[in-house]
Amino acid sequence: METLVLNNQKIEVNAEGYLKNASDWTPELAHEIAQGANIVLTDKHFEVLHWLRAKQAEGVALSIRKVGNSGVVDIKQFYALFPGGPLKISSKIAGIPKPVSCI
Amino acid sequence: MKNLVILGAGTAGTLMANKLHKALTHNVWNITIVDKDAVHYYQPGFLFIPFGIYQPEDVVRTKEEFLPKDVNFILQEVERIEGEKNQVALKDGRTLPYDVLVVATGANVVPEETPGLMGALWQKDIFDFYTYEGSTLLAKKLQDWKGGKLVINLTETLIKCPVAPLEFAFLADAFFTEKGMRDRVDIYYVTPLSGAFTKPKATKMLSALLEEKKIKVVPDFYVQEVDNERKMLVSYDQKEVPFDLLVTIPVNKGADMIEASGLGDEDGLNFVPTDKQTLQSKKFKNVFVIGDATNVPASKAGSVAHFEGEILLENILSYVKGLPLEAKFDGHANCFIETGFGKAALIDFNYTTEPLAGKFPWPVVGPMGLLKVTRANHFGKLAFKWVYWHILLTGGELPVPSHMSMAGKEVEKEVEKELTLN
Repeated sequence: METLVLNNQKIEVNAEGYLKNASDWTPELAHEIAQGANIVLTDKHFEVLHWLRAKQAEGVALSIRKVGNSGVVDIKQFYALFPGGPLKISSKIAGIPKPVSCI
Repeated sequence: MKNLVILGAGTAGTLMANKLHKALTHNVWNITIVDKDAVHYYQPGFLFIPFGIYQPEDVVRTKEEFLPKDVNFILQEVERIEGEKNQVALKDGRTLPYDVLVVATGANVVPEETPGLMGALWQKDIFDFYTYEGSTLLAKKLQDWKGGKLVINLTETLIKCPVAPLEFAFLADAFFTEKGMRDRVDIYYVTPLSGAFTKPKATKMLSALLEEKKIKVVPDFYVQEVDNERKMLVSYDQKEVPFDLLVTIPVNKGADMIEASGLGDEDGLNFVPTDKQTLQSKKFKNVFVIGDATNVPASKAGSVAHFEGEILLENILSYVKGLPLEAKFDGHANCFIETGFGKAALIDFNYTTEPLAGKFPWPVVGPMGLLKVTRANHFGKLAFKWVYWHILLTGGELPVPSHMSMAGKEVEKEVEKELTLN
């Protein structure tokens, strides 16, 4: 089991740094993880993060298109906020599992 | 009499019709199933058609022959579900009242969602293989294709049978090798995900296959449009991948009727918000959803529909008796992955357990290797066609429990490690 440490608190993550428990997430932790991806979080980032967390909690399968149709951001904006691989990066910062296929 | 109506007579709808017909009392329940199309396609077979392994006629039957005689089969398009009125409106103006509704309207590829995909090169140098038409036309194309850059592109991640694109890449490698022209073909696998394999154990066990078969992976590529003039895929962050022959896996959406019914998720992809354990619609208590039509985070695959079917039958029987819905679906999927040259791998997993290595304990036929490439798994994949027509569609029981079992799976102990950020 891997852990990351914030304010002397140990938080469990997997080998790629994704939180094991979405409930461990705090906005402060989000800032910390975002720093690792060279992203400075704004209110718009947090709007996306909260939307992702809410959907994940509902047990919904996520995709880039789904985020793009969410009404929160379109796909271009999503890329601008989380460049490179927007869904995998935003999921990591949102404290939810990495988007994966079945294998 | 009470009415149970099923929308969609594909894999999920047909197997539910058979299960419910056996389980519900006939002089109390009237079962009706509606579909706009009379043909039942064996969809797993579409993968084999481009390579001449199956002929188009191998995958075609009628829907009617798999339905019980006293289930009403209505060949008609659904206009919308009127959930507040407990009725379904059909295109021809008829309405069907229901006490219980099962939505099994599946998912379809929608190439129109990606600009340029259906441009000048559509079905000339750009093909899909998720439809009967697409796979049949691609078979003709491959017969005399001279070689070049073959690009397999997943436009999205929420697609039917998520391993099929990778199987296509493996089978293409074998096909061109056997034709003696592999050196004239470059195979690219272009995916929005972080790689062709995304789960730790599968990556460890199977990623060497890509190198061995010289399949080049382009990860984190989310296609925005196809430039027909330059024969180029263009991503949302302006990356480009050139192609000579593009095999696309278009965006998948649920039925348009779901949107017209106000039953879809807010994202406009027309999948129905569904409780991922009970399979009850989140909007109406007497509406249940099964198979590709749901928005649950399980694979969109026939084996999933089969396992869901056992859970859903129990829950519908509880619902009609006024009892709580106690059967819980765990996201179980079980899939063979064709790897070419007469071999295949097998995966078995659910919502919380990733595909693990080990032995899958099939009764009678004996254990099969999980995450291992074997000849026995390939025969398992071919035998599945028989199983599909004769057992799965008829609502029969397969010798695999609906909940995933850990029997035979290898579990490694996790080692404690500490990691500091930045």
